[in-house]
Amino acid sequence: MRDVRADFPLLARSAAGGRPLVYLDSAATSQKPRAVLEAMQRFYERSNANVRRGVHFLGEEATAALEDAREAARRFVRGGDVREIVFTRGTTESINLVAQGWAARRLRSGDEIVVTELEHHSNFLPWQRVAHETGAALRIAKLTPRFDADVEPLLGPRTRVVALSHVSNVLGTVLPVARIASAAHARGAAVVVDAAQSAPHLPIDVGALGCDFLAFSGHKALGPTGIGVLWGRRERLEEMEPLLLGGGMVREVLDDRASWLDPPWRFEAGTPPIAEAAGLRAAIEYLESLGIEEIRSHDRALAVAGLSRLAAVPGVELIGPHDAESRIALFSFTVRGAHPHDIAAFLDQRGICVRAGHHCAQPLARRLGIAGTVRASACVYTSPAEFDALAEALDDARREVAR
Amino acid sequence: MSSLYGPVVADHFRNPRNRGELSSPDAAHEGLNPLCGDRIRIELRIEAGRIGAARFGGEACMVAIASASLLTGMVQGMPLAEAAALPEAALIEALGAPLRPARTGCATLPIQVLRAALSKARP
Repeated sequence: MRDVRADFPLLARSAAGGRPLVYLDSAATSQKPRAVLEAMQRFYERSNANVRRGVHFLGEEATAALEDAREAARRFVRGGDVREIVFTRGTTESINLVAQGWAARRLRSGDEIVVTELEHHSNFLPWQRVAHETGAALRIAKLTPRFDADVEPLLGPRTRVVALSHVSNVLGTVLPVARIASAAHARGAAVVVDAAQSAPHLPIDVGALGCDFLAFSGHKALGPTGIGVLWGRRERLEEMEPLLLGGGMVREVLDDRASWLDPPWRFEAGTPPIAEAAGLRAAIEYLESLGIEEIRSHDRALAVAGLSRLAAVPGVELIGPHDAESRIALFSFTVRGAHPHDIAAFLDQRGICVRAGHHCAQPLARRLGIAGTVRASACVYTSPAEFDALAEALDDARREVAR
Repeated sequence: MSSLYGPVVADHFRNPRNRGELSSPDAAHEGLNPLCGDRIRIELRIEAGRIGAARFGGEACMVAIASASLLTGMVQGMPLAEAAALPEAALIEALGAPLRPARTGCATLPIQVLRAALSKARP
């Protein structure tokens, strides 16, 4: 893959003291290529209007901006039907919509929801609530020594929903979603995939994954904040009720009742994030121009570099798969005798941005018996040399902040 | 050694004062930092309306440990009302650490734990 760093204006910034910026927090949010920023600017400068209702030419252009983004999102997840793409604010909203709009209305006492021990809170708490509200049991698949989750033993005749990550936001593990989805479907369960961390690192193919719902966020995939996607299989979306009622989602409103538009518009009450949709479309087209297979190869090379650099620093313990094949270039680790936040503060002084803490996955942290980790995560603009800088700084950090 | 958070934090982290437990404390509280899940526990002995002894424990970052060490020293012998009214800014200033806003909670966790302990103190 070509060197794309120059496409990202923010990466030209230097850190304190003129140090080069080493941005290794892409799992929290990615940086944005110029094409995304320009697409949003262009929308506001040339085509800004509300969608669907305007009979004027600007309304038509704004509607086209939104619907062209929907088509781009369909291509991105390799969906078969553009009407299966619902715009949301992000992965969190997408999963809450499925939990409350679909699952909470269908599950009964005695039914079972299966999640995994490594879920982000956004793919855990919505299911915990559905379980409380419906009387369904929440079953939590155990972490395995391979840092994925042992889902299959929990599947049974009463399993109605299996909700799992495509890639763990803490461990970096790629989960065997297709295999688990196939086993879940054999039991009649619906499969919900949190793809927040796999986009834009892995090819996403909802057909090959065999899921019923898949959620991702624009901002982790080079796009803007404030927009995300829920892909849902057509017949599942037909079964789902909207959570937000208002303008733009109704067919007919009477004094005492109303009927909804078909999916996906049924789920998009109010004025949607139109400029953000234009930005998301530009992000997807940018990723397509790089080539998703090339992106995967680049990520794998970064995973190899990260694994070897981190292994060379005394006192650093990687928490996650040690092989590059079953992971992405997202590394959680601890440093012996040091608190993750002190390590992150030290790295910050060196211009290296990482995340520290429990990464919104407290059940996993508890299971691992650790208060938190330091997490360094890469993206298309990351170079192996940045892992050299990280390793060098970690070696100094443990002298400074370890007990 | 002291460049990250300054000399006071470095000193109190390396050589924490008042770390430990009291036998049958008159008041105690354990508090959680929601940012990271760190815990700090403070135990107090109360003598004639003053803090006779203060001890702290817990696993936490350098800032929270140093802050707890410093705070338990500052309030030694202090009247209860004065300790309960001790401003967070005074503790942050005494720490003298350059902190990002997100880390302020690490510095102030011990003072919140102290106040909660004092509110539970036997009169």
